[in-house]
Amino acid sequence: MEFGDIILAVAIMLGKSLLMLVALLVFIAYALYADRKVWAAVQLRRGPNVVGPWGLLQSFADLLKFVLKEPVIPSSANKGMFLLAPLLMCTLSLAAWAVIPLNAGWAIADINVGILYIFAISSLGVYGVIMGGWASNSKYPFLGALRSAAQMVSYEVSIGFVIVTVLMCAGTLNLSAIVEAQNTALGIFGWYWLPLFPMFVVFFISAMAETNRPPFDLPEAESELVAGYMVEYSSTPYLLFMLGEYVAIMTMCALGTILFLGGWLSPIPFAPFTWIPGVIWFVLKASFLFLLIAMVKALVPRYRYDQLMRLGWKVFLPLSLAMVILVAAVLMITGTAPGMR
Amino acid sequence: MTVTAAFFYLFATITVASGFMVIASRNPVQSVLFLILAFVNAAGLFLMMGAEFLAMILVIVYVGAVAVLFLFVVMMLDVDFAELRQGFLQYLPVGGLIGIVFLLELVLVIGAYVVDPGLVRTPSVPIPAPDVMTNTEALGQVLYTRYFYFFQAAGLILLVAMIGAIVLTLRERVGVRRQDITKQNARTQETAVEVRKVPFRQGI
Repeated sequence: MEFGDIILAVAIMLGKSLLMLVALLVFIAYALYADRKVWAAVQLRRGPNVVGPWGLLQSFADLLKFVLKEPVIPSSANKGMFLLAPLLMCTLSLAAWAVIPLNAGWAIADINVGILYIFAISSLGVYGVIMGGWASNSKYPFLGALRSAAQMVSYEVSIGFVIVTVLMCAGTLNLSAIVEAQNTALGIFGWYWLPLFPMFVVFFISAMAETNRPPFDLPEAESELVAGYMVEYSSTPYLLFMLGEYVAIMTMCALGTILFLGGWLSPIPFAPFTWIPGVIWFVLKASFLFLLIAMVKALVPRYRYDQLMRLGWKVFLPLSLAMVILVAAVLMITGTAPGMR
Repeated sequence: MTVTAAFFYLFATITVASGFMVIASRNPVQSVLFLILAFVNAAGLFLMMGAEFLAMILVIVYVGAVAVLFLFVVMMLDVDFAELRQGFLQYLPVGGLIGIVFLLELVLVIGAYVVDPGLVRTPSVPIPAPDVMTNTEALGQVLYTRYFYFFQAAGLILLVAMIGAIVLTLRERVGVRRQDITKQNARTQETAVEVRKVPFRQGI
């Protein structure tokens, strides 16, 4: 390859990434607003309604507030790691979006092992929490970090098995190919949420536990740990933590959309509906999953730590293992496994 | 080609440097973090060789799970750094001797190492080209056929290790009140709540 070609390729890649980042961050800003509105509506409150019409600019006002405030670094903290932790968390959760296909061929990097890449990146998110908790050199953050380490490792196991079942049906690790495998004449009923419904439920709950989302937000648990690993953080570092968390939640929504809800496919597979661009379907489906997660936050009280561990290891792990064997057996007996067709 | 070489040297340098920092840094938490950096860069090296599956599995298993547990344990240790560095000169001769013996062994082994020429000429299972078969599939093809028993044996060893760890650390303590979820769920209003008429100034 010529030197000019390399520069051009890099420039195109940078442009794509930048576009994706800006779109994603604006979307996250409104997802945050929607999260608060849904939460308020469930509790018969109004929610944010002051900044801009209907409070639509609330997230941007919050952003300015965080950025303009003074960052406070505790004197006994490990300074380098204290600042590295939120940066790591935010960067890693944004990096996962490099492989997510918003439409046919719209992924920045359409790699063969896309699903493994997302799984790897989301399992790295725990380092931001642990490093932040440890570097703060204070009791509450450290307890939060320990909880989060155990919690995220536990629920990764069941998410792994959920992914394995979907992969067995799709026969590929490429995210675009997984979506294409759900493209049948049945439309919405051909997607994997229906045949693999128990796994969809396991995935949904594990996704909330993996991203420290209520009712599994034990790492922060404001009633006992004040704010867990984020106690000592203020200003921009705190903003990065929160942003990283919401981006990770959106990643899980996108992953759920790809694995179970047919990605960019139209739910009704004939003419007027297939004219709608796939990216709109994708965003609608991901937003639907996010709405569910926002509702859960408002409806369900926080789990106790031993209940959380019990659910992960004694309920989800055996259930998902059994489903892996069951799905494999069904695919083998009916001869519908991807390699056998 | 130059770009590939540049990336190779980048990853390789960081891997070696962070491997050195693992043993050189004074703070054990920093050691573990450098270990993680070494893992991630090794994954990068795997990617450059086209072994994308191995690269991702390395990150998932070692960085995402094993190193988290390392970090978990190391953070909980109450290490006195001054004490840790105290006996350095005292242990230097023994440690140095072991190091030299190990180095000699490595030099002897690697110096005498040649790939069997017959092996290179006729691989028993031909390696498929990357565009014919993804390397996930290629790995599965040999792992579940040719090396099936080894694969199962590795799994068994891990299982034994896991059960062993559980047996070693399991402590049945008497007098601990545990929550029995099934028992709790089976409770009804009749079995859980009792309404009594309490006689005035007598109690129950």
